[in-house]
Amino acid sequence: MDEEYDVIILGTGLTECMLSGILAVEGKKVLHIDRNDFYGGECASVNLTQMYQRFRNGEQPPSELGRDRDYLIDLIPKFLMTGEGLIKVLVYTDVVRYLEFRAIATSMVYNGSKIYKVPSTPNEALTSSLVGVFQKVKARSFFEFLQSWQGTEAHHQGVSMDGDTMDKVYEHFGLNEDTQEFIGHSMALHLDEGYKKRPARETCKRVIMYANSAARAMADGRNSPYIYPQYGLGDLPQAFARLSAVYAGTFMLATPVDEVVRDEAGAFVGVKSGGKIARARQVIGDPSYFTDSVRVTDRVIRAICILRAPIPKTEADSAQIILPQRQTGRKHDIYVTCLSSQQKICPAGFYVASISTIAETQGDPKEEIAAGIKLLGPIDQIFVTVSNVYEPVTDGTKDNVFISRSYDATSHFETVYDDVKDLYHRITGKDLVLQKRPKMEEDAAAAAT
Amino acid sequence: MSQADSSHNSPADEGANASSHSPAPAKPIQIKVVLLGEAAVGKSSLVLRFVNDEFQENKEPTIGAAFLTQKVRLDDSVLKLDIWDTAGQERFHSLAPMYYRNAQAAVVVYDITRASSLDRAKAWIKELQRQANPNIVIALVGNKLDLVAENDNEEEEISEDHEDNGGDGDGKTRQIATETARAYADELGLLFVETSAKSGQGVVEVFTEVAKKLDLSQIASAGRRGRPGQLNAGNVNVNVLGEGGLDTSDGSIRTKTDGCAC
Repeated sequence: MDEEYDVIILGTGLTECMLSGILAVEGKKVLHIDRNDFYGGECASVNLTQMYQRFRNGEQPPSELGRDRDYLIDLIPKFLMTGEGLIKVLVYTDVVRYLEFRAIATSMVYNGSKIYKVPSTPNEALTSSLVGVFQKVKARSFFEFLQSWQGTEAHHQGVSMDGDTMDKVYEHFGLNEDTQEFIGHSMALHLDEGYKKRPARETCKRVIMYANSAARAMADGRNSPYIYPQYGLGDLPQAFARLSAVYAGTFMLATPVDEVVRDEAGAFVGVKSGGKIARARQVIGDPSYFTDSVRVTDRVIRAICILRAPIPKTEADSAQIILPQRQTGRKHDIYVTCLSSQQKICPAGFYVASISTIAETQGDPKEEIAAGIKLLGPIDQIFVTVSNVYEPVTDGTKDNVFISRSYDATSHFETVYDDVKDLYHRITGKDLVLQKRPKMEEDAAAAAT
Repeated sequence: MSQADSSHNSPADEGANASSHSPAPAKPIQIKVVLLGEAAVGKSSLVLRFVNDEFQENKEPTIGAAFLTQKVRLDDSVLKLDIWDTAGQERFHSLAPMYYRNAQAAVVVYDITRASSLDRAKAWIKELQRQANPNIVIALVGNKLDLVAENDNEEEEISEDHEDNGGDGDGKTRQIATETARAYADELGLLFVETSAKSGQGVVEVFTEVAKKLDLSQIASAGRRGRPGQLNAGNVNVNVLGEGGLDTSDGSIRTKTDGCAC
C-alpha cells in the first residue's frame, strides 16, 4: 500500500477492470482497490443472501428459493452482441478464454399489447408483419443503402452521415412510424426518440452492428443476436481483473478508501486507506468514490424478479423483450430480460427476469414498468430499485482524476465500451488501439523461460 | 515428462452403454486445475517443476503466468491439464470466484514450515466445498520438503534424493507433521501429498493422482451436455466481426470458448 504506482483504480466495475487490464498489459504499475469484498461494484452478480442484504434489510432468503450459492443475479441486466466493441476487447486481450458464452434463446418485441419474435436480419424483417406491406420495398432500399456504406464515408448516396438527422434519412427513404420504430428501437436499440434529431451516422452504425451480430447468429444456428456469459455478467469484470493481475496489477478488495488526497491545486496525489497512503500519477474510479465530482443525468428503474416458469409466450430458457416507448405511451422503452439455470445463474426450475427503463416520474416505479411486469406471469419475488446514473463533471485531464460513468439503461455494452475508449484517451492522450495479445500459454511459456 | 501410471482406475471401463466406445485415443480431455494457497507457499514453483521440470530459487511473486498446460496420458485418454495460477490475487484476499468456480480439480498448497499456511489451506478447502463444482477433486499438498529434509527423521523416504539440498538446507523446522495433515485430508476425502518443488519430489505424483481421481466419463458428458429440443443450449464461439459496412463476415480471429484446444 505505502508505495508509488502509475495508476490507482477505485472500484471493480467492468469499466474499471477493463482499463485495469488494458493499462497493466501496457506495462503500467496498477493498484486496484475496492471497498467491497466482492468484484463488480454496481455491476456485480450477487447471490440470494446479498440480494436480501441489499433489498430486504438482510432478511433471511426463504429456503424454497433453493441454494444461495446457485444464484448469480446481475444487478445491471445487459446482454452482449457479437458485433459489439466489448467482444473485440475480450478477443484481442484473450480474456474471452476465461468465459463461456451461451446464446440467448429468443428476442421479442412488444407490439399492440402482444409480443412477437424480432426478425433477426434485414431479410427476415422484410417478411415480418412488423414491417407493413407497403413499406417493404422502402425498407429494403434503406437496408441496401446501409449494405453499400463502408461505415466510414461522410457522404453516401446523397445522405450526409454527419449533416443529416436520422429523421431526414427516414424521410428520404419514405419509412413510416412502424418501420422507424422497428429500425430505431428493435435494431438500433435506442431507448427514446432523441436519436431522430441527431446525425444519422450513430443510428446507421448501430443498425449495422445489430445486423452483423444477427447474421453471425444465423450462421451459427442461434435464434437471437444476443449472447451471455455463463455464471453471470459479474464474471466480465473478474476476467479483466485477472488479466490485470497476470500483468502484475495488485488487487485489494475489502479495502475502504478513507480519502482521495489532492494537492493545493486540486490535483491527485494518492489514496489513503487505514492510515497508509498509496501514491500515483493518476486515479480512475467509479462515481461512488467521487461523490462531489459527479452529477446525475438520469434515474434508472430496475426490477429483478424471480419466477418459477419462463415468461409466457416466450417459453424459452432466456429471452429479451423490448417494449418500445410508443407501445406503452412512455418516452422511454422498457426492456425485459430473462435468464435461467441454462446460464447457470439460478437453480433449475427458476427464472430470473429483469425489467428496466429510465424513470420519467417521481411516482411509484412499479407503475412505470407495469407493462413489463404484466408480461412475466406469476412473480415469486420482486426487488425494485431506482438508481441514479452519474457522469463526471470534469474530464480529469487537469486534476488527473478520471471518473467513469454509471451503467445506463441500455441493453448492451456499447456505452460502457465508449466510456472505456474515452477514459483511455483522456488518461493516456492516445486512442485505444487494441493489439492482439499472444495467447496465454505463449505468455506462460515466455514467463517460464 | 509426466505420464500417469496406467495400472489401475481405468476410466474406459465405464460399463453399461460402453458397447461402441472406440479404443483409439480421442482428442485430449481438457481439465481445469486451479492452484490455491497462501502467498509464498510455492504454488507457481510446483507447476513450473511439473510442466517445465525446473526450479527458480528466490522466485519473485507470480507475474505474467496465467496458466500452464501439461498433457497427461491415462490409459486410453489424454488429459490436457490447464493449470491456473492465482496471478498473485490471493495476496490481499482478492481472488475472484470466477477463478475456481468451474475447475475440475484444485491443488491446495501449504508450506510445511509455516503453520498458518495450513489454516489458510483449510479455509480454501471450505470455500471450494461451498462454491466450486461439487465433483471437484481436491489435493492437499504440503510443499517445501527440502527445507526440513535434513532434520526430518520420521520421513525416511524423503532423505533419498536430496543431493541438491546440500549447502542450503537452511535448517527450517517442520511446523506441520505429515500425520496431522494426512488425517485432515483423509477425513475430508482429499488427496494428500508432500512435495518439494525444488527437488521435484512428489510433484508429478500430485498431478497424476489428481488425474486418476477425476471422473472422466462425467466430465466428458458434461462437456457434451445440451438439452434435447432446445436449439440454443450450445456454447457460442465468439469471434471478432469485421468493421465497416453491413454484411461483413470477416471472423479472421477465431477464439473458441468451449474447451477446444486453441
